[in-house]
Amino acid sequence: MAVMTAKRTPSRDGGSVAGIAIVRNGEQAIIRFSGSWRRDSGAVDSAKLIKDVLSPPPKRIAFQCEVQNDWDSRLPACLFRLLNECRQRNINADISALPDGLQRLVKQAMTVPERQDARRDGPKTPLLAIIGENVLAVKTNVHEFLGFIGLMLLSLLTLIRGKAKMRRVDLLLFIQEAGGNALPIVTLISILVGLILAFVGSIQLSRFGAQIFIADLVGLGMFREMGALMTAVIVAGRTGAAYAAQLGTMNANSEIDALQTMGISPMEFLVLPRLLALMLMMPLLVLYADYLGVLGGAIVTTGTFDISWLQYINETKRIVRINAFFLGMFKGLVFATLIAIAGCLRGLRCGRSASDVGNATTGAVVDSIVYIVVADSLITIMANRLHI
Amino acid sequence: MSIPDLKSKQHVVVKNMTMAYGEFVIQRNLDFTINEGDVFIIMGGSGCGKSTLLKHMIGLMKPAHGDVVLHDKSLWHCSPEQRETLMRRIGVLYQSSALFSSLTLAENVALPLGEFTRYTASEIRDIASYKLALVGLAGFEDYYPAEISGGMQKRAGLARAIALDPEILFFDEPSSGLDPVSSRLLDDLIISLRDILGTTIVLVTHELASLFAIGTNSVFLDSESKTMLATGSPHTLLAESRDPRIQQFLTRGEYHA
Repeated sequence: MAVMTAKRTPSRDGGSVAGIAIVRNGEQAIIRFSGSWRRDSGAVDSAKLIKDVLSPPPKRIAFQCEVQNDWDSRLPACLFRLLNECRQRNINADISALPDGLQRLVKQAMTVPERQDARRDGPKTPLLAIIGENVLAVKTNVHEFLGFIGLMLLSLLTLIRGKAKMRRVDLLLFIQEAGGNALPIVTLISILVGLILAFVGSIQLSRFGAQIFIADLVGLGMFREMGALMTAVIVAGRTGAAYAAQLGTMNANSEIDALQTMGISPMEFLVLPRLLALMLMMPLLVLYADYLGVLGGAIVTTGTFDISWLQYINETKRIVRINAFFLGMFKGLVFATLIAIAGCLRGLRCGRSASDVGNATTGAVVDSIVYIVVADSLITIMANRLHI
Repeated sequence: MSIPDLKSKQHVVVKNMTMAYGEFVIQRNLDFTINEGDVFIIMGGSGCGKSTLLKHMIGLMKPAHGDVVLHDKSLWHCSPEQRETLMRRIGVLYQSSALFSSLTLAENVALPLGEFTRYTASEIRDIASYKLALVGLAGFEDYYPAEISGGMQKRAGLARAIALDPEILFFDEPSSGLDPVSSRLLDDLIISLRDILGTTIVLVTHELASLFAIGTNSVFLDSESKTMLATGSPHTLLAESRDPRIQQFLTRGEYHA
């Protein structure tokens, strides 16, 4: 009979400690638990214990327990792991010497055997496979995107035929939410963008005494480009994210399933009012942003240089022709569609957990901004070629 | 988690409590005691305030009047820190399991262990596996709640509720959404855990089969009179109560006065 290992770890605050000792007697190993196994007593390393017991593996294992009603979950947890190892290796473990309560705690955990197919520790996916999967996912994503646009057009047709199942109240609510409620932030951002454009321009233009052309810069900049772009970014963050979160949560609550079983197409009932609200409101918001941007520019120019408000307005009127005006609004319309698609698609495709809803919202905003910038570049190039 | 000496100790005392949402009173004059080792049933028709009563007992809602005493300590006439310490000694299984959907089952069980104990990471892993095995979910450590069935989610929720070895376990309608067999198995599991862990159990349920099978004590809430009608073991109530409302409830409406 020889004591092979005696394990004593110091207690975390100096009290008595959790002790495990292995005594080998021929082909039998006796494991003795001693000391205090309370929450504040020293750490137990069950992996090391199992390694110690199994080298070399004994035929039988018996237990002794000198711990008197002074243990927490770690003792049954450690025993449970050890007994599982023994069961896998066909080592006979005799727990009859353990206290009654402890025996019952371990037996309860052992009653339902581990399902063999349950545990998942398959091989890790290699890097190349991950890259490949991501590339293939692009195809599915494009497919989904196009399919979504198709469905959306179909439901628009249904709407034109007057058969879409859409509540008018919803549309009005979304119009208020996407349009009216966005005015404060759009006001602030557009005035500031106008100010910035004017400041940046004034430094260069005033060198040539061409301060009056600040009005041209701000007017064209706002109407053709910045008004639509800034508004779209704001709306993507406000409304696009909200759409993804709303639809995502509805999906998680099975509300989308409920609509489908009622025979109501989620496309008509949920996506259409959101899309229409954005398409109606975005051009108006863009127009609003354009004028406020010009106002911001005017504040800087009239304040810094010897240019009157009337001169500034006249110069703006001269340079901003009707096609620049409509170009901005057209961009707004395109961006609105893209934001609604990104938000609704992400929302409808969302999984069922709380983090899925978060991912859908993030994805909606990122997608919207990418779509907006790509579309903006394309439209700007086309407008240049067409001399609009 | 040592096996307690089974003297009849008072584990929860509800003292002359009134529950209200603002001005709207749900229940008043609630007075009952839950002893150590009891399987205590909170019963009553839909909308009588069973779940609200549970929320008051686990520290989520403050009573409009009166108090709840856990382990001889007031839950509501004390500092928030004291209340938190007290709340850590109870475990709750919510009606919808309330597992954290972004964490695996093992991480769900490990969360309170990591926050409130000084166990090492490997100890916590062992305990989480063990608690999952206790409720029959050995091998499901790495699954996410969305990947398992409703009954398994309930059991995983139970594993999380017993993570910190609580002295009192609260259940909000554990069998809702389960088929009769699964619900029976869950009842059996609750009872065997009570037996081996020595935990006091408080159950909100209106499932007659399970409240007669496992209840040792109960309180009956009535929504019309807005107070409790009786307290005692469900079998005693059925045999001795002359109140038609209790008889109606316990006989599924087949009692005619």
